[in-house]
Amino acid sequence: MQTGEMITVDEFCIHHNIESSFIYSLKESGLIEIEIIEEKIMIPYEQLSSLERIVRLYYELGINLEGLETISYLLQRMNEMQQEIVRLNNRLRAYETI
Amino acid sequence: MEFIDYYKVLGVDKSASLDDIKKAYRKLARKLHPDLNPNDKTAHLKFQQINEANEVLSDPEKRKKYDQYGKDWKQADQFEQHRQSQGRSQYGDGKEFSYGSDSDFSDFFESLFGRGQRSSQTKFRGQDYNAELKLALNDVMATKQETFTVNGKNIRITIPAGVENGQVIKLKGYGSPGVNGGPAGDLFISFSVADDPRFKRSGNDLYTNVDVELYTALLGGDITIETLTGKLKLKVNPETQNGTKIRVKGKGVPVYKKEGEVGDLYITYNIKLPTNLSEEQKRLFTELSKLN
Repeated sequence: MQTGEMITVDEFCIHHNIESSFIYSLKESGLIEIEIIEEKIMIPYEQLSSLERIVRLYYELGINLEGLETISYLLQRMNEMQQEIVRLNNRLRAYETI
Repeated sequence: MEFIDYYKVLGVDKSASLDDIKKAYRKLARKLHPDLNPNDKTAHLKFQQINEANEVLSDPEKRKKYDQYGKDWKQADQFEQHRQSQGRSQYGDGKEFSYGSDSDFSDFFESLFGRGQRSSQTKFRGQDYNAELKLALNDVMATKQETFTVNGKNIRITIPAGVENGQVIKLKGYGSPGVNGGPAGDLFISFSVADDPRFKRSGNDLYTNVDVELYTALLGGDITIETLTGKLKLKVNPETQNGTKIRVKGKGVPVYKKEGEVGDLYITYNIKLPTNLSEEQKRLFTELSKLN
């Protein structure tokens, strides 16, 4: 059941056939945020994509929590650097067209 | 259709044990997994190849068939008929990565093992799609709607004013459909905003050069220039110097998703000196020079 822009932890776990304890350990390590609404433990919808990525990396590649934290940080850094490259390319392009 | 050497794909010998194959696969999967190589099509393709190789080599029955008929894949049908006549119809369940889908398997694989041999009932999220949308600079001056086709599906999207070159937006659920009832993937649209020969863009500001007649620059006057949103009338002050830069507030590019906020337009005046002077003009300029 979706509540607004949320999905319950139980539904997510059933859907992906995983243990809910895994989600709580991700929350403990700060990799995801969960919310409690009307006594239901919910995952914000905007976190689904990154959570699904974490689930794949954990269950498919056997990467442990410490590895997931490192990968998440590095992927975020990589994403920021890619955006910075785009910005710098745009600025460079502006000077090259003078 | 070419023969695919699955042993070579995984970098193992033909005599490799199941454990060797699993190790080789896991090592390559950690390197090539799409989650670790976002937007890298080469890595994605290689990942599909190792997935396929693992699918075959980690399943004893498929591996046997591959070893026996791999290079002569056209004989696979005969093998299949023979196999079915013996009353066996199930292949083992191979562990698969959720990025795969039936269509991710090569023609070679499908000719040897058929389609739909993946028996897992796990729900998988569909693949993400990437698309590029080319825009002219004046296209980003106002929010507009555009319809385009991705994998045969017409999608109408709103392009917010002020999108930057290289900016990516995500459309939830417009990717590949999920497998076994899983959710659809997302569609990522990357905007490619072309350069404009008249204006250069830096963030939300625009820069341009405008030619001004010598007499207008000396004595002052009005000029009309073309902008990306229409004509603009400007007052040139008397005794304007060559290279003078002025700022026209709010005539740049709208700020992305901030209604009412717009960048500025910077204009550099390029004073044009008259050429082919008449005798009378030469005489008058000479007189002017004497006054100095």
